[in-house]
Amino acid sequence: MNKPLLETRDICKSFGAVRAAHKINLDLRSGEIHALIGPNGAGKSTLIQQIAGGLIPDSGSIHLCGEDVTKQSTVSRARLGLARTFQVSALAMEDSVLQNTLLGAMGKTRQSFKFFGAAVSEPTMRSMAEHALERVGLIDYARSRTSELSHGQRRQLEIAIALTLNPKVFVMDEPMAGLGTEGSQQLTQFLDGLREEAPILLVEHDMDAVFALADRISVLVYGEILITGTVDEVRSNDAVREAYLGSE
Amino acid sequence: MSRESIFDCVLILCLAAVPIWAHFAEEPFIITLATRAAIFAIAGIGLNLVLGQGGLVSLGHATFFGLGGYAMGILASHAQTYMPLSEWPILIEGTKSMPVIWVVALLASGIAALLIGALSLRTSGVYFIMITLAFGQMFYYFAVSWSAYGGDDGLSIYLRNDFPGLNTLDPIQFFLIVFVWLLVVWIFTATLIRSPFGLALNASRQSTERVETVGINPYHLRLTAFVISGMITGLAGALFADLNRFISPSMFSWQTSGEIMVFVILGGVARRSGPILGAVVFIALEHFLGGLSDYWHIYLGALLLLVVLFARGGLIGMLLGRERVHE
Repeated sequence: MNKPLLETRDICKSFGAVRAAHKINLDLRSGEIHALIGPNGAGKSTLIQQIAGGLIPDSGSIHLCGEDVTKQSTVSRARLGLARTFQVSALAMEDSVLQNTLLGAMGKTRQSFKFFGAAVSEPTMRSMAEHALERVGLIDYARSRTSELSHGQRRQLEIAIALTLNPKVFVMDEPMAGLGTEGSQQLTQFLDGLREEAPILLVEHDMDAVFALADRISVLVYGEILITGTVDEVRSNDAVREAYLGSE
Repeated sequence: MSRESIFDCVLILCLAAVPIWAHFAEEPFIITLATRAAIFAIAGIGLNLVLGQGGLVSLGHATFFGLGGYAMGILASHAQTYMPLSEWPILIEGTKSMPVIWVVALLASGIAALLIGALSLRTSGVYFIMITLAFGQMFYYFAVSWSAYGGDDGLSIYLRNDFPGLNTLDPIQFFLIVFVWLLVVWIFTATLIRSPFGLALNASRQSTERVETVGINPYHLRLTAFVISGMITGLAGALFADLNRFISPSMFSWQTSGEIMVFVILGGVARRSGPILGAVVFIALEHFLGGLSDYWHIYLGALLLLVVLFARGGLIGMLLGRERVHE
């Protein structure tokens, strides 16, 4: 099996008496979608925060593309090739959709310290941004103000920004939330193709999407990985059914 | 051409037209008022870069305004008394040359902004406000006790500094210098706001996480903006000192920082011409209301309150509505 592009080794994180992560070992390999599921409060968001660089684990290490990034900032991890989408959209709401997407292109091309020339007219960045917007189906909204987008469209915009980074790893925190049935199906189809470009660590509550997409699933309960396995292994696991999936 | 661009042009043309009229009508005081407004507008444009685009409420911009002023005062006073600033290890003489003074003012305020910004920008919110205020007060009390340059009483410069080819004591010619600086600074910041740097800075105000996750360091963006902003405000300080031919510790005071902020809020935070309109309205109120009552600030306070409560985006926001995206 190929070497993991993203790996957590025994990471632990506590907030006072609350154990948010305990000896979590997780990896993400090229070409796969690895879903992370679990009930609310299981520690999924804390784990994503640690992987993206927003929180430093108490112990253990995080490796990105073979490099130990445990102590590195969010900025360094993004530059190394980690693209993240947020559970609650983190966007420049006053700016246009195109301007938001340009941020990704700007990060990728390292042009954030260019002081002259309009950002929206810079040809390389603009074509990167427009291409990403076309792929997620938001190109018609390029000139709209981001605050005017629906919740689902904001999720699509988050993905468009991640695409402009041309990353080595995607970390997506509930990208289906608020999309509706049709939107979810479209995004499922889109993510299915995206795994060839870069593997995806997918945190998601939409089980139809998870079962349709995931090559492997890890179930997180009370800050611990209950099981990592294929869809069938996870679905048939009694502990998982009890803790999360129910008896459907 | 958008409505906002037309408004900007009209505003700037009016600011130029009034002193030209006053020159022919032989009303030199009106020219001085316009010069004052233009200088305050430059200071406001400087602050607007960090306040409007970066979302950084600096209550210490008087530091840079004062440093610019003292750069002028110190150099000019030594030139006036023919006493060098230092004789060892190198001889540094005073100067009456405006361009040299501007360079020194820009450098001094830029270096101070770099040091103050590097420390202050590690904090945010109310802590940032307090730490910038503290730096301002530090400089203020230093200036008060700096007896070599007038201490609490300030320092007068007998003659306005020189600019090649112009008679700077002629009000309209000095206004011209200030007005050209205003245009340069306005065009520079308007360009900067539209540039990739401006877009990233503005986004960092709205969502720090967003900027970080695309691999852009918001601290570097803010520090750069803070330095540019400090330099612009420092330049305004040097021009203000030259206008009055006088410097005093009050240039460093927190009231000065507050006034610069008033220009920005009154005109419109983050609007490229907000500080110009704000400074013009402030000077107009100071002149007309100041003539009616010594307590004119109470009317200014009431106006500011109305603007903050009812006109989101300041007077420009009230006149033109919300700024369009892609402008």
